[in-house]
Amino acid sequence: MPADIYLNVAVSGLLTGLVYGLMALGLSVIFGVVRVVNFAHGEMMTIAMYLAVALFANYKLDPLVMMVPIAVVLFVLGYLMQRGLISPFINRPEHSQFMLLVAIALIMVNGLLIVFGPDAQSVQTSYSYDSFMVGRLIVDATKVYAGAAAVAVAAALFAFFRFTLIGKAIRACADNYAGALVVGLNVKSLYALTFGIGAACVGAAGAMMAVLVDVTPPLGPAYTLLAFVIVITGGLGSMPGALLGGLLIGITEALGGLFFTPSAKSMFAFGLLVLVLLFRPQGILGKRPS
Amino acid sequence: MAALLAVEGISKSFRGLRAVQDVSFEVPQGEIVALIGPNGAGKTTCFNMIAGVFRPDAGRVTFAGARIDGHRSDQICRAGIGRTFQLVKPFAGLSVMENVMVGALNACAGVREARDRARQVIEQLGLGGKTDLLAASLTLPDRKRLEVARALATGPRLLLLDEVMAGLRPTETDHMVALFRELNATLGLTILLIEHVMRAVMALSGRVIVLHHGQVIASGTPAQVTRDPAVLECYLGEEAV
Amino acid sequence: MSELLLSGVPRRALVLLAALLAALVAFPLLVNDYFITVLILILYFAYVGQAWNIMMGFAGQLSLGHALYVGLGAYAAAALYVHFGISPWIGLGASIVISAAAGAAIGFLAFRFGVAGVYFAILTIAFGEFARIGFDHWHWVGGSAGFFLPVANYTRNDLLYLRGSPTMFYYLFLGITVAAFVLCHALLRSRAGYYWLAIRESPEAAQALGIDIFRYKMYAVTLSAAMTSLGGVLFAFYYNNLFPEQVFHISRSIELILGPIIGGIGTLFGPIIGAFLLTALAESLHEVMAAFGIDVPGIKQVFYGFCLLLVVMFLPDGVWPPLARRLGLGRAPSKRSEG
Repeated sequence: MPADIYLNVAVSGLLTGLVYGLMALGLSVIFGVVRVVNFAHGEMMTIAMYLAVALFANYKLDPLVMMVPIAVVLFVLGYLMQRGLISPFINRPEHSQFMLLVAIALIMVNGLLIVFGPDAQSVQTSYSYDSFMVGRLIVDATKVYAGAAAVAVAAALFAFFRFTLIGKAIRACADNYAGALVVGLNVKSLYALTFGIGAACVGAAGAMMAVLVDVTPPLGPAYTLLAFVIVITGGLGSMPGALLGGLLIGITEALGGLFFTPSAKSMFAFGLLVLVLLFRPQGILGKRPS
Repeated sequence: MAALLAVEGISKSFRGLRAVQDVSFEVPQGEIVALIGPNGAGKTTCFNMIAGVFRPDAGRVTFAGARIDGHRSDQICRAGIGRTFQLVKPFAGLSVMENVMVGALNACAGVREARDRARQVIEQLGLGGKTDLLAASLTLPDRKRLEVARALATGPRLLLLDEVMAGLRPTETDHMVALFRELNATLGLTILLIEHVMRAVMALSGRVIVLHHGQVIASGTPAQVTRDPAVLECYLGEEAV
Repeated sequence: MSELLLSGVPRRALVLLAALLAALVAFPLLVNDYFITVLILILYFAYVGQAWNIMMGFAGQLSLGHALYVGLGAYAAAALYVHFGISPWIGLGASIVISAAAGAAIGFLAFRFGVAGVYFAILTIAFGEFARIGFDHWHWVGGSAGFFLPVANYTRNDLLYLRGSPTMFYYLFLGITVAAFVLCHALLRSRAGYYWLAIRESPEAAQALGIDIFRYKMYAVTLSAAMTSLGGVLFAFYYNNLFPEQVFHISRSIELILGPIIGGIGTLFGPIIGAFLLTALAESLHEVMAAFGIDVPGIKQVFYGFCLLLVVMFLPDGVWPPLARRLGLGRAPSKRSEG
C-alpha cells in the first residue's frame, strides 16, 4: 500500500482522536475533582449525539453550530445528576458508586433505544462529502471541522481552569478537599459545577461526533469504555494526558482498522489498556498516586 | 538470654524524609521491651519494618536466628511475630469471635480448633460477653482489646504492640498490664511495645529503648532511661533540663 | 461433614429451606412449560450470580466481565459436541479448565501488578470485550454468524448429550443451584471463607494475621470462573445457539450481577432472592405490557436499571438482610448472615 494511505488514515485518526480526547477530558475532569468514576460517560455522549441528530432532522440545524446549546443541555444534566443522585454517594464504598452509575447508564442507553429505536441514524450536512487536499493528504472536511472544534473547546476549558476564579476554586477542591472546606468554598456546588462542566465537554464532543459517525444506542457503553481506556492510558487526573490519550487511541484505532478488519479495531484499544494497567498504571502523563 | 529479635542498623526514608536512621536494638527471648519517644520519632516505622510492611533501606532484621527483613507481613506472622496496629483495623463486618478466629486459624489446623482457641483468647482479653457482637459496634477500648486478641490468637512467639493503651482508663490499663505480665510469665511470650502511657511502660518493661528523630538516643532499664538527660531533653525541651 | 454444614444453622431456617426445596422439586409437575422456562431463567441467574458472589461478596473483587466465563464454558462444551460428538459431561471438564485458566490469568495479572478496585473492574471488562471480538472472528465456532447445536427431539430426554425437554433442564439447573448453595455455605465456614471475608474487610490486617492474600484471591477468582463456566455449559445445551455478540456482551455481565447486588452481596440467599425478584418482576412486566399490546425493546433493561438504582440508593446491603431479620433468620445487625 502506498505510504499516502497510511498517512491519510493516520491523520484521519488523529482528527477523530481530538474529539475522543475532548470526550475523555470530560471524564478526566470529573474523576480528577469529584473522584467519581462516571460509568455513564459514553451514554451521556450518545444522548448529545441523538440531540444533534434530532435537531438536524427536524430543524436542519448543523450539529457543529448547535454544539454550544447541546453542551449547555448536557451541563444541566450533569449538574443535576451530581447534585441529586451522586452527591450522597461520595463517601460510600467505591463499588457502590460504580453500581449507581452503571444503573444510570443502563437507564440512559435503553431509554435512547426506546425513544429512537435501534436503527442507525446519521447527519448529512452540506459538507458531509467534502474533503480538503493538503499536498498529498486528502482529509474529510467533517473531520477537520470537528477536530478544530474539539481543539477550541479544550483550549477554552484549559483557560477556564487556569485563569478564572471558579476554575481555581475547583482545582483547589481537587487538590485538598478539607482545605477547600476550611477556606469556605461551597464544595458541593463546585462538585456539581464540575460534573456539569465534564458533561458539557461530553456534550460538545457528542455534537462533533454526530457529523463523523452514525448513531446507535450501543455506542453508549462503547464510548464509555473508550473514554476509560483513553483516560487510563493518558493518565488519570491529567488533562493533557486525556487529550494525548485521545490522539493515541484515535491513531491506533484507525491504523489497526487498516491492517486488520475494521470490526477488530477496538481490540487494540483494549490491548493498550491492559498493557498500561499492568506496566504503567498511572498512564503516560499521570502522576504516581502518593 | 539469646536475642529473639535483633535489629541491626535499619534505616528508612520516605521521599527524602529520613524516618529511621541506623537503629539497632535487641529483644531478648522472654523479655518485655518498650520502644518510646516523642511523636514522629520513627517508632511505628520500625515496627512496620520488623512486621514486613516496609523493606528497610539498609540494615537487617533477624528473628530466631533467621533474617526476615524484606519478607511479606503474612510470612512474618507465620514465622511467629504478631502485631497490632496503632489505628486499629478490626474486620468491621465480622463478629468478635470471627475476628479472633481469623487470627487463630494461623495457629490451628481447622475451624473447630480455631474456634476453641479464639474462645480462650477472648476470655483472656475480657471480651467474653461480646463474642457475637459486630466489631463495628464495639467501643474503642474494646476494639483495642480485639486487636490484641486477634494478634494473640495467631500464636506468636513475639508480640508487637503499637500503643494499645492509648485511650484506656487507668483500671483498664492495669488490667492489660496484668494480662501481658501473665502471658509473659506463663507462656514466655516476648513482647516489644510502643507506648506513650508511662504507667504501662514502667510497670511492664524490663528494658526501654528511646527513639528521637529516627535514632536511638538511650536504652536501659526504665529507671535509668527516665533519668537520662538526653531523654528528658527530647521530651521536655532544652530549657527544662 | 453434616456437622460442618448444619451446626449453628437455626432450625427455622432448615425447615424453611426444606419446604422451599420440596416446592422447587415438585414445581414442574404442577405448572405448564412457560413457567418452567421462567424458573429455569431464575435458576440460571441464581447460579451464576452465586458464582460471581464468591469473587465479589467473599473476596471483594468487582468483576464486570463475568460473561467471559459463561461464554468460554458454553463454547468449549458446544464445540466439543458439535465437532467431535463428545458428551457435555466430558466437555464440561474442558469448560472448567479453560475458564479457570482465564480467571487465573486475569487474577494473576491483576494481583501481581496491583490492579484493584475500579481498575480491576475495567480490566475484566476489557477481557470480556476481547473475547467478544475474538469469537466474532473465529470461524471454527461460527464467528459472528453464530454457533448452532442440532435441535433436539424434545419428547425424548437424552441425559448423556443433554438433549431434552425443558423439564430435564429444569432439574439440571436446580441441581447445580442447590449444589452451589451448599458449596458456598460450606466455604463460608471453612478457613478459605474466613480468610476471604478478612481480605474483603481489611487486606492489611488480614496479611498481618498470616493470610497470603495473593493465594486466596487467586483461589476465589479461579473457583468463581470455574463455577460460572458450568452455567455456560448448560446455557449452550439449553438454548442450542451461541452468538459472541450476545454471549460475551457487557450487558450479560451486568445482568448476571444484578441478582446478587439486589439480593445482597456476600450473603448466601442474596443471589437467589435477587434472581427471583428480578426475573419474576421482569416477566410480569412483559406480560402486562403484552396485554396492552406494547412491545418495546429496551423496557426490560430500563426496568432493571431502575431496580438497581433503587436498591443501590436505599438498600445498599440488598434485599435479603432486612428480609432475613424479619423472618427471624440470620443475626441482627449482621452483614454476614448464615442464610
